[in-house]
Amino acid sequence: MSGLNITIEFGGGAELLFGNKKKQEVILPAKEGEWTLKDLIFWMKDNLLQERPELFIQDDSVRPGILVLVNDADWELMDTVKYVLEAKDKIVFISTLHGG
Amino acid sequence: MPACSANCGKNAILKRPKTGDALCKECFFEAFENEIHFTITRAKLFTPGSTVAVAASGGKDSTVLAYVLKLLNEKYGYNLKLVLLSIDEGITGYRDDSLETVKQNRDDYEMPLKIMSYKDLYGWTMDEIVAEVGRKNNCTFCGVFRRQALDRGAMLLKVNYLATGHNADDIAETVLMNILRGDLARLNRCTSIITDSGDGIPRVKPLKYTYEKEIVMYAYFRKLVYFSTECIFAPNAYRGHARVLLKDLEKVDPAVIMNIIQSGESLCVNETANMPTLMTCERCGYGSSQKICKACTLLEGLNRGLPRLGIGKSSKVKKLIEQDDLKRSAAGCCKSKNKSDCGNCACNKNEIKRDLSKAVEELKI
Repeated sequence: MSGLNITIEFGGGAELLFGNKKKQEVILPAKEGEWTLKDLIFWMKDNLLQERPELFIQDDSVRPGILVLVNDADWELMDTVKYVLEAKDKIVFISTLHGG
Repeated sequence: MPACSANCGKNAILKRPKTGDALCKECFFEAFENEIHFTITRAKLFTPGSTVAVAASGGKDSTVLAYVLKLLNEKYGYNLKLVLLSIDEGITGYRDDSLETVKQNRDDYEMPLKIMSYKDLYGWTMDEIVAEVGRKNNCTFCGVFRRQALDRGAMLLKVNYLATGHNADDIAETVLMNILRGDLARLNRCTSIITDSGDGIPRVKPLKYTYEKEIVMYAYFRKLVYFSTECIFAPNAYRGHARVLLKDLEKVDPAVIMNIIQSGESLCVNETANMPTLMTCERCGYGSSQKICKACTLLEGLNRGLPRLGIGKSSKVKKLIEQDDLKRSAAGCCKSKNKSDCGNCACNKNEIKRDLSKAVEELKI
């Protein structure tokens, strides 16, 4: 089984936690069972996050105030952390916690 | 993916925090804009023919506010003249970039832009203030100065209203903060959609009932360019605690935000509560709850080399100033002698800088 190819984008200041890169294409390693958004969030914490994990993760999800979009739709329409990723998905993380 | 709750046949892209509705992009835009229009008309926020300055930081809220006001003004014929007003606090690496975004807004939305700096208005940049006071109370300076800077800017531009991008989350946060601090005067007025600081220019909050989540989603789907960062001095800000609390509560039930605002609106402060009365500052003439306003006190502290003067209880200010005057008198400083003759200190220079007429001249409106 080969890895899962997805695109991750950041906005609203969330990119500041990820080395200021606004867009990253990643290949998630093959694993037993499906990749959920929760798996992705923890994988990002271990593999992409550069600083201050407490500003990205809280409990089993992203920190409240970070919006998540799956293929340009609100993840709250798709069971949030339980959403099962598919190849070529675009996941966007937008912080509302940063000011102007 | 669920279908749009408005039965338009399209797929939903957003779950509304206020109602739980799932909406498609077009229905969301319409609902979002219509609600702001409704807020504006119900509160009779603007008189036709007036000029409105949009307080623009380049961030998400003010960018969306400027965009939507322009759109509604054209769609519903409000007959408003819209201008952008920005404050340059003088924070290197922070405001420089966001001001570029404001200039982009100016070009995109074809609105005139006025930028006023702390340096022009107060003689101090935030960088200089932080060097003086450290990072513990700097947000007090910045907040107090910005509020007055916007008032002054609005007055110089001769506008009828100053519109700020405060959203529902901000207002709920402020209600919480005022409760936590026991600040009844502010608790009483912080939910008003229109506030008048003495004989100043009325401030209005058209996004008062608009959720932050929707503002960010609106900006994303409309592809509006905004600047987001964290203020390099901000981690110590008290507001952060109220914010974290609110965001945690919102996760449990998004309605808490509207509920807190409603509670704040219907709240009536007991007559026996000790409320400060609004007067005008003896020095600068702006609205104040003290004889000398907070901005003037903070500034005097900076100029006297007593940066902690305006921090904490206002009752201590007078005593500290008297002590300082005694010291200066012993040292032969102008504060106790004839001012114009003084060559010993910097206080003369900074007072002149604060003169409004000079600011007008410098800014060439």
